[in-house]
Amino acid sequence: MSRQDALVTADWAEENLDAPGVVFVEVDEDTTAYDGGHIPGAVKIDWKTELQDQVRRDFVDKAGFEKLLSAKGIANDDTVVLYGGNNNWFAAYAYWYFKLYGHQDVKLLDGGRKKWELDGRKLDAAVPSRPGTQYKAQEQDLSIRAFRDEVVDAIGSKNLVDVRSPDEFSGKLLAPAHLPQEQAQRGGHIPSALNVPWSKAANEDGTFKSDAELRELYGTEGLDSSRPTIAYCRIGERSSHTWFALHELLGEGDVKNYDGSWTEYGSLVGVPVETGDGKS
Amino acid sequence: MCGAPEQTADLPAGTDLSKESVLVGKVTNDGSPIGGAFVRLLDSTGEFTAEVVSSATGDYRFFAAPGSWTVRALSRSGNGQADVAVGGPGLFTTEVPVG
Repeated sequence: MSRQDALVTADWAEENLDAPGVVFVEVDEDTTAYDGGHIPGAVKIDWKTELQDQVRRDFVDKAGFEKLLSAKGIANDDTVVLYGGNNNWFAAYAYWYFKLYGHQDVKLLDGGRKKWELDGRKLDAAVPSRPGTQYKAQEQDLSIRAFRDEVVDAIGSKNLVDVRSPDEFSGKLLAPAHLPQEQAQRGGHIPSALNVPWSKAANEDGTFKSDAELRELYGTEGLDSSRPTIAYCRIGERSSHTWFALHELLGEGDVKNYDGSWTEYGSLVGVPVETGDGKS
Repeated sequence: MCGAPEQTADLPAGTDLSKESVLVGKVTNDGSPIGGAFVRLLDSTGEFTAEVVSSATGDYRFFAAPGSWTVRALSRSGNGQADVAVGGPGLFTTEVPVG
């Protein structure tokens, strides 16, 4: 993987809006943003109602993903270009999710909705109609998804990267500062985790920093490239952004996203939790 | 709460201002509210903490810990920022002019 394979610019996107075999998909934290206007021709996937099982805390299964993509008119050989608001948090999450189910050709729009809007590029409220497909998914690629037992075992041995803000890492806050703070779990972080907020990988306009800047960032923060890495946040979306930077842009080999993240770990009975900035 | 909450001048039900520090205000350009601006909460070192999109009436809202904060807005009308000192729980109202 390299930047060229994984990321497209807004200029490229604008030139390929009508290109055959290219499907733009908006996945947003604010699931109503699409309805007010989106990249012309883009379809919407709702991360809450369409990518999550609506009863258990897990993803839709393979058959569910096949049904979803077939209904959206996405074919196995389509180039899927994902974008969204809030610096591509949920678009990066969807990117990781598409990779999990084996979609080969998926890309992220650099800067997402924010850069598109700040550039004054065209938005359209018309909802496209795409003919249905017979989409076939692969079994989940568990080489990119970490579960809780593996995370507990990774304490002190693998790189654990907590990509939440410093106040969430230390335990002062339980959610990002734009969300209410009522939560059941304990505050803090997984012992031995590095705190490298996802935002350090992004510029102000939502685009990713250069490969050189990213390498310097993770090197300075103490990420050991010779060891496997597990990234986590609160619910697994911001850590998808960091997973994307490490695995897709920098080409680091063994990088997993722990989608259970702090809402699971911080609720577990009997696991170690550390508070404070982790530097003392 | 998982998705982005709607930004309004009214606080969501259950907000306890005796415990929480809530930063609110409007993004403005020459006194007129700017909706659709990207409003970023930066900590005392200038590090990003959170981001919301201002409502049609220009309103933003953050839940923060006590400390020194900068609210920075990016918009098609230009960018701007304002500093906020949060000493404890309560409501902190700050206008962010852009241009």
